Amino acid sequence: MPVEVLMPALSPTMEKGTLAKWHVSEGDTVGSGDVIAEIETDKATMEVESVEEGRIGKILVSEGTLDVPVNAPIAIILYEGDDENTPLPEGSKQQAEPDAKESAAPEKQEEPEKAPTNQVKITVREALRDAMAEEMRKDETVFVMGEEVAEYQGAYKVTQGLLDEFGARRVIDTPITEYGFAGIGCGAAMAGLRPIVEFMTFNFAMQAIDHIINSAAKTLYMSGGQMRCPIVFRGPNGAASRVGAQHSQDYSAWYASVPGLKVIAPYTAADAKGLLKAAIRDPNPVVFLENEMLYGQSFDVPDTDDHIVPIGKANIRQQGDDVTIVSYSRGLAYVEEADAALKELNINAEVIDLRTLRPLDMETILTSVKKTNRLIVVEEGWPVCSVGSEICSAVSSLAFDDLDAPCLKVSGKDVPMPYAANLEKLALPTAGDIVEAVKKVTYTQ
Amino acid sequence: MSSDHKKSTKQSAVKPEKVKPKQKIELYRQMLLIRRFEEKAGQLYGMGHIGGFCHLYIGQEAVVTGMNAVKEEGDQVITGYRDHGHMLVCGMEPNGVMAELTGREGGYSRGKGGSMHMFSVEKKFYGGHGIVGAQVPLGTGLAFANKYRDNGNVSMAYFGDGAANQGQVYESFNMAKLWSLPVVFVIENNRYGMGTSIERASSTTDLSHRGASFDIPGIKCDGMDVFKVMQAGKEALAHARSGKGPFIIEMVTYRYRGHSMSDPAKYRSRDEVDEMRKDHDPITTLKDMLLEDGDIDEAGLKEIDAEIRKVVSEAAEFAQNSPEPKTDELYTDILVAND
Repeated sequence: MPVEVLMPALSPTMEKGTLAKWHVSEGDTVGSGDVIAEIETDKATMEVESVEEGRIGKILVSEGTLDVPVNAPIAIILYEGDDENTPLPEGSKQQAEPDAKESAAPEKQEEPEKAPTNQVKITVREALRDAMAEEMRKDETVFVMGEEVAEYQGAYKVTQGLLDEFGARRVIDTPITEYGFAGIGCGAAMAGLRPIVEFMTFNFAMQAIDHIINSAAKTLYMSGGQMRCPIVFRGPNGAASRVGAQHSQDYSAWYASVPGLKVIAPYTAADAKGLLKAAIRDPNPVVFLENEMLYGQSFDVPDTDDHIVPIGKANIRQQGDDVTIVSYSRGLAYVEEADAALKELNINAEVIDLRTLRPLDMETILTSVKKTNRLIVVEEGWPVCSVGSEICSAVSSLAFDDLDAPCLKVSGKDVPMPYAANLEKLALPTAGDIVEAVKKVTYTQ
Repeated sequence: MSSDHKKSTKQSAVKPEKVKPKQKIELYRQMLLIRRFEEKAGQLYGMGHIGGFCHLYIGQEAVVTGMNAVKEEGDQVITGYRDHGHMLVCGMEPNGVMAELTGREGGYSRGKGGSMHMFSVEKKFYGGHGIVGAQVPLGTGLAFANKYRDNGNVSMAYFGDGAANQGQVYESFNMAKLWSLPVVFVIENNRYGMGTSIERASSTTDLSHRGASFDIPGIKCDGMDVFKVMQAGKEALAHARSGKGPFIIEMVTYRYRGHSMSDPAKYRSRDEVDEMRKDHDPITTLKDMLLEDGDIDEAGLKEIDAEIRKVVSEAAEFAQNSPEPKTDELYTDILVAND
């Protein structure tokens, strides 16, 4: 019976890829382990090997096709005795999805409103890269260091192309020694350079947190204002997908509690770009928390090399009167999902994207709460001593008389991140959790 | 201990007779200033004018004094928390250092840093760091900036025998060598990491070999002899400046006082301390040499002594009279206002 070859995933977070090359043609005989195709994502390239022995019956996705979804059938392998007319087994994808090219899902559209003419749609990954490249062109003291940032083009391809443009003096591969290179970055910043230190993920920055806090954040104060440390620590933060407890932690609340740091956690590509540029120009140490799950998402970004978003200003993503929902980074993806359900309930939420976690834009939050009289804070991090805890406490003390319901937090659960797919889902906040919280504070049945 | 000192440097020492009398007297003056300053700091601590931790440099004066004598304009210095001597030889004002110890407005950090956290960007002194070993990657980062700018300067990162066991030190060694950074790692081996002797804390006690697996050359030097320090420093700085990358000097030295003012130092014998003071004191040794060579007479020495006592007592007075920082200083210098 014929067997389908499916589009493989290169990583747990990959959703689609490009079929770059076929090494075989229809009718060719293949053995187990033979390379039959090459696929690419913006992060990596991989060869597809046949796991079957047989004959290529049909190539379903032609060479050069973009955005082929993971698990879409790309070819059919025939066994001895099969021919082109032998039916596929029950449950094959090919039956349900007749053409992989057709089924290639378009990029999720994050901002439905019509974009002004001078906007371009780019991914968060590209936005971050462009921000660094533009600032490096402008300021010779800006350089990037980290694991795999140069020759490998970035573990998540965020630094793609920087080595080619700026050379090995300014795009520096480091050994896997976070404590050491974070300290070297701080020393270079104290000497007046403007380092961008990339952590492959913020989970590994725990080894370097001593320098982030003791060397970067405190030096200006301890030196009576003499010694600056203009440095950006950036990289993906928070849960990725199926990588378990040690690679899935949200450090937002940790860094946001430290005086002497600025802490940024953008959601959209435009904010990622504008805020990273602002961070690089800032004379203070900045912790810039990205999210791996957002890297591949596209958003409209102003088509200019001078798009700066001010640090410390939240953004009202959606106006509403019934409840204020505050979130940041990937938390907003859950909020947007919940919002559709809320609209069906006739609840108009005001959605605030914090963008910066330190300093917090309390003014925007308080103004909104004065209008809606209700507050929900959504985050992926743990609930104890969280960003939500801080905001709920501040709103309760500063706007007590404006509140018609208790401030509620929707957060990740108070557990290390489990590996099992079902448990992982349970450990993260969901749109359903948000809807439930909103129903509670709006007294909706 | 004494045998360690005798076999010490592989290098032939700077011949003291080749150092000009004027410079010898200046070295003496600097070491004596550190000694008297630290004695005064100890006194003020005892009187309650200095709070918290206060780590005195008494006994180790030849190390920073010798290194400072051979550095070039623009070379940077960074160290841990036993930092008063480093600041004084860098040319930082005794008044400002002492007033920082007392936590006053006139201190280098306007009272907000304290004994362990002082800086002078102007004098190329980059602190003053309270976390054991943290200054090593930071100092390597200063060297990174030197290489990035190709300015010909060398960074000197001082750390102790205790810090020499820190993981981040080896991460720094690796990158410093990998990238040929102009840095001299000066290990001030005073034989005790707080109360634990080096033999009880380190699997190997010859710290000059600690760069061996990174192919970083290292030498052991008698850190109680200012001329030997100068010679080792010269070689190390020239190596780093020439583009060959990092260099390690293990300075075998000794602190006479406890780890900090609150340490009674019961982990070593009084005889051990007395022997060092009597036979190896860097200041007494140089003083005897100056007299023997006729570079100075007793009256000249007295004059220097009086002059230093005056500087130190003025610093103590300044440090006690300088007002405490204004209360609104609590909220300043947390972030730089955007330029």
